[in-house]
Amino acid sequence: MAAKHMEHIQPYSPQAGTMIPTKFRKFLRTCVIWQFIRFIAINIKMTLLILKSHH
Amino acid sequence: MARLVVMGGGVSGHTAATFAKKWLGNEHEVVVVTPNSQWNWIPSNIWVGVGEMKKEDVVFPLAGVYAKAGIDYRQAKAVSIHPNGSEKNEKAFITIEYTGQNKEGQTEEVTYDYLINATGPKLNFGATPGLDQGYTVSVCTADHAVHANEELQKVFEKAKTKKQKILIGTGHGMCTCQGAAFEYIFNIEHEAKKAGIRDNLDIKWISNESFLGDFGMGGMHLNVGGYTASSKIFAESLYSERKLEWVIGAHVNKVEAGKVYYELLDGTMGEEEFDFAMLIPPFAGVGLKAFNKNGEDITADIFAPNGFMKVDANYNAGAYENWKASDWPRTLQNPTYQNIFAVGIAFAPPHPISKPMSSPNGTQIFPTPPRTGMPSAMMGKAVAHSIVDMIRGASQPTHTACMSEMGAACVASAGKGFFTGTAAAMTVYPVVPDFEKYPGVGRDISMTTGEIGLAGHWIKHLLHFAFIWKAKLKPGWTLIPE
Repeated sequence: MAAKHMEHIQPYSPQAGTMIPTKFRKFLRTCVIWQFIRFIAINIKMTLLILKSHH
Repeated sequence: MARLVVMGGGVSGHTAATFAKKWLGNEHEVVVVTPNSQWNWIPSNIWVGVGEMKKEDVVFPLAGVYAKAGIDYRQAKAVSIHPNGSEKNEKAFITIEYTGQNKEGQTEEVTYDYLINATGPKLNFGATPGLDQGYTVSVCTADHAVHANEELQKVFEKAKTKKQKILIGTGHGMCTCQGAAFEYIFNIEHEAKKAGIRDNLDIKWISNESFLGDFGMGGMHLNVGGYTASSKIFAESLYSERKLEWVIGAHVNKVEAGKVYYELLDGTMGEEEFDFAMLIPPFAGVGLKAFNKNGEDITADIFAPNGFMKVDANYNAGAYENWKASDWPRTLQNPTYQNIFAVGIAFAPPHPISKPMSSPNGTQIFPTPPRTGMPSAMMGKAVAHSIVDMIRGASQPTHTACMSEMGAACVASAGKGFFTGTAAAMTVYPVVPDFEKYPGVGRDISMTTGEIGLAGHWIKHLLHFAFIWKAKLKPGWTLIPE
């Protein structure tokens, strides 16, 4: 049985040559608890980047 | 008393002027010359373009802010630079033409000791036949975004009963700013889903990138799932997931009502019909002229042929194979006139970042280098710092802001909504790949990251408020980083 998240992909189309996120991966994208953790992590990364970029 | 004149009041010019004034105090003078009466947080124009924000949310009047800061504000456009003065005027000066302050059309000479060119780009709609005829829209300014939303809503209305075609991307083979178009296409898709009309919309991407995810900086590599993978894979994944088709390596060479014509990198010609199209125009310099003391035209000494100002870059690198990170400017000082600097989009890059490509017909089709908000603001601040030090006695610039030595944080919205929104939060270090320092992919993989999710949307929305707060010089504005 085909996975739901891949049903719209046409064989041999450009879209068929790439990766499609699973239902769980898509759920995580808007899961508030997980995204709050990512919010902190991304902010730390960006802060480090800013510190490294200022001369 | 020294006078610093800043031409342009966008991200880089505003940053330079406000920091310079803060550091110089009332001891010296800072003048801003900008044709606009309002400051625009351009990254949020995307949300104006889909009706999620109003124009008033992304702009504010400059006059009050500059009055509070003690900056001499002239609502005018700079017309020419006279770095050696003229027969009548011993001092270096620029000529300006007022666009507001009840002096519309009047011209004036404004003398300077130091000059910063932060004029940004001219939106060169005329480069593609038909692109300036109103068949397509853009989101490059707040007013453009308001108009784009008006047209989009008409198409959304029609889509309730019949299929509609939407085309988003770049309107010429030498465009930059793919990021804005990227955000717009995903925000339209998100809004269409919310409106329940997604099934009646064919949404297609067209751009001059040779691969999806190039973004004018040759793409980037990210560490994900135990692999170092190209941004091409992640971009294609996102377009596929959201059911967006793409045409890439395309030079749009003509626009008519409801139809664009294009040439591809392989030399083939194609056309696409549309009911709504948002195509970003190519950028050019704003057309400033320069004259010597005798009134002779010396524009070519100061500006590159594309109208951007020459700075301390290596403009003789030649072919792609010879490019080095060290070609990129560090102090942003004009090599001929040491009291002139250029920041943001106004400086002439030494060469593109993406590999130059052309079709068998000789048509150049590749993205030109982007200069997004963070690098532009960092350049503005570094140059302001250098000029302040030079006014106080330093013999040369003391601060640098080099795109091959700095990173950029970029948050690209893929849909707005406090619980349903998403954005791609990306960091890239350095912006311009340095293949000598980072062999293989040209960038520090530990600092080059990307992920899509609600957290990215929260950050983008937070940055909207933070940067408007900072630009208004509200309490603590200097603590908010560029």
